[in-house]
Amino acid sequence: MRKVYLDNIAGSPLIAEVREAMLPFLWDNFGNPSSLHDWGDPPRIAVDDARSQVAQLIDADDEEEIIFTGSGTESNNFAVKGLALAHQEKGKHIVISAIEHFSVMNSAKTMEKLGFEVSLVPVDQYGSVDPEEVRRSIRDDTILVSIMHANSEVGTIEPIKEIAELVRERKVVFHTDAVATAGSMPISVKALGVDALSLAGNQFYGPQGAAALWVRKGVRIMPLIDGGIQEGGRRAGTENVAAIVGLGKAAEMATVNQAVRMKHLTPLRDRLLTELPRKIDHVVVTGHPQNRLPGNASFCVEFIEGESLLMLLNSQGVAVSSGSACTSRALKASHVLIAMGLSHEIAQGSVLFTLGLHTTLKDIDYVLEVMPPIAERLRQMSPLYAKYIQKAKGGK
Amino acid sequence: MPIYSEKVMEHFMNPRNVGEIENPDGLGEEGNPVCGDMMTFYIKVKDNHLEDIKFKTFGCGAAIAVSSMVSEMAIGKTIEEALKITPSSVAEKLEGLPKNKFHCSNLGAQALHKAIENYQSKQKKGGGKG
Repeated sequence: MRKVYLDNIAGSPLIAEVREAMLPFLWDNFGNPSSLHDWGDPPRIAVDDARSQVAQLIDADDEEEIIFTGSGTESNNFAVKGLALAHQEKGKHIVISAIEHFSVMNSAKTMEKLGFEVSLVPVDQYGSVDPEEVRRSIRDDTILVSIMHANSEVGTIEPIKEIAELVRERKVVFHTDAVATAGSMPISVKALGVDALSLAGNQFYGPQGAAALWVRKGVRIMPLIDGGIQEGGRRAGTENVAAIVGLGKAAEMATVNQAVRMKHLTPLRDRLLTELPRKIDHVVVTGHPQNRLPGNASFCVEFIEGESLLMLLNSQGVAVSSGSACTSRALKASHVLIAMGLSHEIAQGSVLFTLGLHTTLKDIDYVLEVMPPIAERLRQMSPLYAKYIQKAKGGK
Repeated sequence: MPIYSEKVMEHFMNPRNVGEIENPDGLGEEGNPVCGDMMTFYIKVKDNHLEDIKFKTFGCGAAIAVSSMVSEMAIGKTIEEALKITPSSVAEKLEGLPKNKFHCSNLGAQALHKAIENYQSKQKKGGGKG
């Protein structure tokens, strides 16, 4: 059976060059970057190189502005909590969007428990944030705005540059979660005009366990992990050298190959976005039709539930993910789809394809071939579909 | 997908008794789309026995397997026997369900019981059958 992996958001293979770059640090170069003897040199130099490579990926002037962390989730926690805590003498109000990743959303909730106030900016039917809404939600005591660069579940890219301009006018710190975009499309922190930005290597063919938070020089942030003076005292703990080296190499490869990768992914994504609704009735494309991540094709298939769809696709060798209640461990439908105004009934039919470097046109065509009968099979079993058909008949 | 037992997977991949019964003797619905699972059971009753059962289910793998198993357990049984089927006995027959799925997806027994109640209330009104 053909195997088609379209869940690159969950995990993706390392690029060979990344793996090669990492290997010496899992073996010969075991030293600690903080050590003054010879063994400390190769890892220290390698971590510094990685810092430059990551700075270059996002067009940051000073590599000292890069703080390595353990995951995109940690970067977002650090940004929301660390920036809020460092600026609390000015106020205690935080603004985020309604479709932030849980690492931003739940960090904000934790700050609420600590006496901060949080405002959620709504999104439209495409999951787009209106900069005007952000401006309206800023108050005199607002100290932090955090809006994601793109939403990984529905692919929508947010107007960060426009939002940043409005936030800057109010002299409020602005963080963007760029985990979905960094390494997948060109990013310049200068052009975006943000103060802090999260990224994670495992989203662009680097290893798990290494991510970064970029914080503009001069913007204060309170460390969440105290200890030694690693990362300039902002994030203590012995460096995960091999993973950081992998992140650096992945960043370098992304900087060089970004344009080629986007050229590869975009037509494959567009084929899926256009053809799937043609092959299956009552399929809704979720997220923005054009302004979206190059490798993201997300849908809701009406009258059926995402987990059973995912399982039947898996039985045909196709790996996808879903935002349905049944697929989430919390058993709640994706807050992103609900914030976009979709009913629970429709959100349950969520299916997400995340394409990668290894995805081919044949893979996409295989999905277009095996998925319609699966949807049909589940609909034949669905009481919601039976009701719909009955209603349609009665209406005639 | 090892989160489900082999028995659940087997019923999910080859569900028994999917469909509808025209003019059923009893009909029962359970669940709602917010929690993600909805089941409709149709029954045909003859001589106090469940002569035929069909179901339609919107939901996860577990929900479909549960419906299939309930229909298999109840078919041919007397009303009294069928009313003794519980979520626990269904889960046991399926060689276990994931803990977090136990409540939301395990609605098959309730849906069947509702179909039986529906049948019984029709009887009281003088439907005159069974």
